Amino acid sequence: MSLLEISNLSVVFGGLKALCDFDLTLEQGELVGLIGPNGAGKTTTFNIVTGVYRPTAGDVRLDGRSIVGFKPHQINHRGIARTFQNIRLFAGMSVLDNVLVGFNQSLRHGFAGTVFRTPRHQHEDQRNQDRAVELLSTLGLDDRAMEIAHNLPYGDQRRLEIARALATNPKVLLLDEPAAGMNPQEKIELSGLIEMIRQRFGVGIWLIEHDMKLVMSICQRLTVLDHGQVIAVGTPEQVRADPRVCEAYLGEPT
Amino acid sequence: MDQLIQQLINGLSVGATYALIALGYTMVYGILRLINFAHGEVYMVGAVSSYYLAEWTMGWTGSLWVALPIVVVGSMLVCSILGFLIEFLAYRPLRDRPRLVVLISAIGVSLLLQNLAQFPELFGPTPRRFPALIQSTPVFYNAAHTIVLTNLDVLSLGLTLGLMVIMTWVVLGTKTGLALRAVSFRFDTSMLMGINTGRIISFTFMFGSALAAVAGTIDAIRYDVRPLMGLLPGLKAFVAAVLGGIGSIPGAVVGGLFMGLSETLVKGYLPSAYTGYADAVAFVLLIVILLVRPTGLFGRVAPEKV
Repeated sequence: MSLLEISNLSVVFGGLKALCDFDLTLEQGELVGLIGPNGAGKTTTFNIVTGVYRPTAGDVRLDGRSIVGFKPHQINHRGIARTFQNIRLFAGMSVLDNVLVGFNQSLRHGFAGTVFRTPRHQHEDQRNQDRAVELLSTLGLDDRAMEIAHNLPYGDQRRLEIARALATNPKVLLLDEPAAGMNPQEKIELSGLIEMIRQRFGVGIWLIEHDMKLVMSICQRLTVLDHGQVIAVGTPEQVRADPRVCEAYLGEPT
Repeated sequence: MDQLIQQLINGLSVGATYALIALGYTMVYGILRLINFAHGEVYMVGAVSSYYLAEWTMGWTGSLWVALPIVVVGSMLVCSILGFLIEFLAYRPLRDRPRLVVLISAIGVSLLLQNLAQFPELFGPTPRRFPALIQSTPVFYNAAHTIVLTNLDVLSLGLTLGLMVIMTWVVLGTKTGLALRAVSFRFDTSMLMGINTGRIISFTFMFGSALAAVAGTIDAIRYDVRPLMGLLPGLKAFVAAVLGGIGSIPGAVVGGLFMGLSETLVKGYLPSAYTGYADAVAFVLLIVILLVRPTGLFGRVAPEKV
């Protein structure tokens, strides 16, 4: 039984087959990439897996249990977290609050506990605060904890998105173009960061990315999508040598 | 001078109830970008239920200190259940529809509640005086009795202030408040970060409705109880929320107090032939503000990313 198992996943919008018979397995600690030209259905796939869209057919299993039909927050509670192609932080809130939102969903005390400031509530509050600060320092954001999120430099905002997703304590982390808009130096730092997260948090990472250098260097396996169809699956070397991938996406090798 | 001070007291006292209603508008708007036009009727139901609660408590206790908390808390409970039901039955099924559809649904709920209250079995069309549980009596005054602060002014301002403190703490200091702020920034994303948005929305409607219930109780004691009493205060509180910057909590409070002050000052200082225009002034203010500062006093200008 794999951590994440996707089988025959399809979605149709009106007459458009946005995704057709998609299969994937992801194990704990694995790093798998999803690539393809614009409009191929990559983000759509993420949206189905996180419960934003309902699939027309097929199944998504997390730890062997189907999550199709669950609401986004329920899927998040079961262990799938994500970041976004265009940054979607809680822009007007502090860096620390952005991360606390993630942690807080796992709090056990109810509203009454907060009102009456029960010892358990205070204890949990403090523990979450500590965990949030620790997470921020793991991602190198601890000195910015009190800043308003949208004042952060672009690269830091991307890292904060990852921190916020990790705060929900996921088993599977979906990264949607984490390197978009980064300069070469930031991209190098990012691949180090992703590698560190994979080892330290023991999560399975599934990544959409257009930067081939980054994808080829860190992913163990790749799936290539074009017009909603899987056109290739395999190791970076296998995918790079596939003529269909070259035609649809990568271009002829020079 | 004394007259001015007296008018300011009256203005703040009236404005406090507008502020309480405006908070409900602004909280719901902050999360759903929806003007809940049924909110004025929630205030009316608050007044009606406190009327019945007052009648009931007077049947077995003469003590104001026993009866008043029951009346206030009881009507808050009634209205928060009503607020929950309105959202659950009339707005939630339309969540994915265009916002205009929900707005029309809100107007429908408003008309429904106005007309239900006119059923003689429920309340009836005739205005009723609030039971003699509490009468307006001066508590502070100067020697010449030109400045008078009544117990109702104290009740109105005290309750409003207290509720504002509680509300600030809920929004800034609790886990629910943190989720509430997150949802108001990004609805879809907060769902993906594990926030049960449905629960947060219900909470917002219940909280806002409870605040409107307090305003309804105060005005029921101060004036009387009528099925259509929610119409004008509802509209004025909406103006107050827009004036302060809809979606902003401090904005709603400042806007409400401003509306109360402008109303009493117009009534107090214009020649008596014109005092009937006090309400018109409120709406002229709305137009002017929207022309000069479309986002209101505390409104945030949110650039939409494409």
